This record gives sequence, structure tokens and C-alpha cells, in this order.
Amino acid sequence: MNALFSWLADPAHWSGSAGIPARLVEHLWYSVLALALGAVVALPIGALVGHGRRGGFLIVGSANGMRALPELGLLTLLVLLMGIGLLPVTLALAVLAIPPLLAGTYSGVRNVDPGAVDAARGMGMREWQVLFKVELPNALPLILGGLRGAALQVIATAAVAAYVSFGGLGRFLIDGLRTRDYPQMAAGAVLVAVLALVVEGLLALLQRAVVSPGLRGGGRRSPTATVGRPAPAPANPEPVPVREPAGAEP
Amino acid sequence: MVWDWIPRNLGMIGGLLGEHVVLALVPVLIGLVLAVPIGWAAAGNRALRGVLVPAASVLYTIPSLALFIVLPAIIGTRILDPLNVVVALTIYTVALLVRSVADALGAVPSMVVAAATAMGYRPGRRFVSVELPLAVPVLIAGLRVAAVSNISLVSVGALIGVGGLGQLFTDGYQRNFPLEILTGIVMVLLLALVVDGLLVLIGRFSTPWTRVGANA
Repeated sequence: MNALFSWLADPAHWSGSAGIPARLVEHLWYSVLALALGAVVALPIGALVGHGRRGGFLIVGSANGMRALPELGLLTLLVLLMGIGLLPVTLALAVLAIPPLLAGTYSGVRNVDPGAVDAARGMGMREWQVLFKVELPNALPLILGGLRGAALQVIATAAVAAYVSFGGLGRFLIDGLRTRDYPQMAAGAVLVAVLALVVEGLLALLQRAVVSPGLRGGGRRSPTATVGRPAPAPANPEPVPVREPAGAEP
Repeated sequence: MVWDWIPRNLGMIGGLLGEHVVLALVPVLIGLVLAVPIGWAAAGNRALRGVLVPAASVLYTIPSLALFIVLPAIIGTRILDPLNVVVALTIYTVALLVRSVADALGAVPSMVVAAATAMGYRPGRRFVSVELPLAVPVLIAGLRVAAVSNISLVSVGALIGVGGLGQLFTDGYQRNFPLEILTGIVMVLLLALVVDGLLVLIGRFSTPWTRVGANA
């Protein structure tokens, strides 16, 4: 333990292109790229399928199947087939981001109070207006819950990128392992864990800040807002993957 | 022909598969045994729940590779000991299941509990023969997530030399042999599929009453 602290306290490990800040930035960069790519794929599909209210079993099924994909295998396979580069790393990590984002978006949009959707149509909104002005804002808590889950997964796993000669905080883990430098490995592990916890906390704060007060269980209710209220969304969706309860199956 | 590699190495693949099953599923069993009493305590006591459930979520946040590496310093094992992987995955399983168990037990209708009490069930027996069976569907849902994610996580252990089928990834990568990696991926997916299906079946057989209402 003392060796770990002295490794972390050593100023030589805090500067240069192999220092902790540089590795941290690399780690976040891969993670943001992967999350963005995952969101570009998952958000439209989840929103459209949820809006159409059909084909949900395909979403749930494919999201669960993707969850079982072993990340290390996917990453090594993509790197062997495509060569070492940012693209295979981003692709492999994006695959992790898709299931939680897809499940969160789909179930968020799907579970918007049908009364609110009907009312929006009755007011003359077009379908895209219903989606963007009613369903997506109402689905925000679950979408952000999905984003939290995805961010957690990606940040935790981005460490594996170091195995295929990439940067990020995983470098300390892999290099330490190869040279049997235990303090370096432990420092890398602690840094990745702290980063995951910090990002998780920040996203939880973001979730609290951007979700409409009308959707928060504890928010002040105006007397007129009780009719056609959206179904109460969980104020704090679990960071663990959303899954269909086994009891719900036919 | 490269495809020869698979039949020539069936023995090795089978051995790794066995190792993978043990590393992934032993933690699920231990985790279940640990999570039921913890979840039960959390379901019965609001203050305790307020501590246990968030604590479980934080544990779940710790990256697996990080946990595999830090554990030896905490529990005093050697760094390449398979025990590290088992303990780490047990921690994840408990973290996941505590919430499921607490939610499931909290959702048992209070009238059912009251009826059982009125029929003379003592708390211990009431828990085992009334509350726990009613919690099975949610419990199975939690077990499915835990089992599938464990099966996928074990392979990360290959980076520290203990990873069941994950060793096909590190070996295939070092030898520049995509087929070996692909074989590993397919085996992991199949294993996850089979285990998931088995859990669904176990859930169905252990809760025959859930199907009565659908046909009536």
C-alpha cells in the first residue's frame, strides 16, 4: 500500500506524454469517442422503435446479446483485422455503450404516459413534434440513466485498450503487469476506479440538473398537473443494465 | 487450411470452457448465498437499505481489471491466483443481487405476509416458504444479468493469466491468429446463451403459479 502511495506521489509520474494527466486525457478521449458513436447508433433506433411501440423484443434481445460479447475478444479481433488504430478501439468500446443507451432510450420513450402522447396529437402536433417535444423530454431520466451505465462500462473497459498497444490509464496496468511492477499496476487500477466513480457522480448531478422538475418524484406538484401526469419515472435509474424481468415473459 | 485449428485443439478449448464455467458460475452461487441475507436485512430496515443499496452500486462501479489487480493486495493472494477472479466476480454478483433481493422482498404484498403470520408461520419459515418463493422472478432476472456479465468478464482475467476462454483472445492476438479469437468469442456467447436459457427454465419451474393466471 505504501509503495502505491509513493508511486502516486512521485512527481515523475505526473508529467510528460506517459504521465498520469496525459494518460487520463487519452482515456477520456477514447471513452467520449466511443460514447458518441454508441449514441449516434442507439439513440435514433431506441427513440424510433419506442415511438412506434413495436419491435421492442428485438431491441431487448439484441441489447442482451451484445452484453454477452467479451470485450477483450472483440478488441483483439478488430485490431488484428483492421490494424492498430483508433477506429478498432472506438468500435469495440462503442459496442459496450450501445446496449445501455438503446435499452434506456427505448424503455424511456416506450413508457411515456400514452395520455400525454394522445393529448399532444390532439393538440395537432405532428409525429416528429410528439417525439421531440413530448416523448424525448419525458424519457430523459431513463435516457440519462442509460448514458450513465454506458459511460461507466466504457470508462472501466477502456483500460483494456492498452493491451493492444494503445494509451489511456490501462497503460499503467499492462506495463506494470509486464514488468512485475506492482505499485504501478495498483496505481493504474486505483486511477481507473476513481475516474469511473467521479464520472458516475458527475453524470448523476447532470441528470438531476437537466431533468424537468415535473418528472422528479419529489418535485412540487401544481394542482393542475395531476391529470395526465407522466408515469413516475424512477428518480435514480440503476446503473446496472436494464433487463426484462423474467416474470414478464409469456 | 486454417479451419483445422478448431478440431485439432478441441481438447484445449474444452478445458478452457470448463475453467470459464467454474470461474464465472461459482461466484454466482456464492454471491446468491451472500446476497439473500443482506438483501433481506435491507428490505426490512429503511436506514440499512439507504446504506447497503448505494454501497452495492459503488462496488459495481469498480472496473473489473482494476479489481482483479488490487484484490491481491487486500486479501493477500498471489497476483496470478484464480481466487482473485472468483472473489472479484463474487463482489459484483453480490452488488447486483442485493438490490434485486431488497426490491423483490419489498414487493411481496403485505397482506400475503400478514396471512402467513396469521396461519402461524414463524418469521424464519415464513421467509423461506412464502417471501423468498414470491421473490424468485425478480431474483432470476438479477441472476441472469449477473451470470451473463460474469461470463463476459471472466475473459478479462486473461490479462492476468486466469481467464478461461479469454486466453484464446490473448493467445490469438499474440500469434496474430483471428480464428482463435473468433472461436473464443463464439464460445463465450454460446455459453452465455445456454446459461441464460437454463436460468429462465429454472425460474419457470420454480414458480408454477405465475403461469396459472395467464391461462385462466
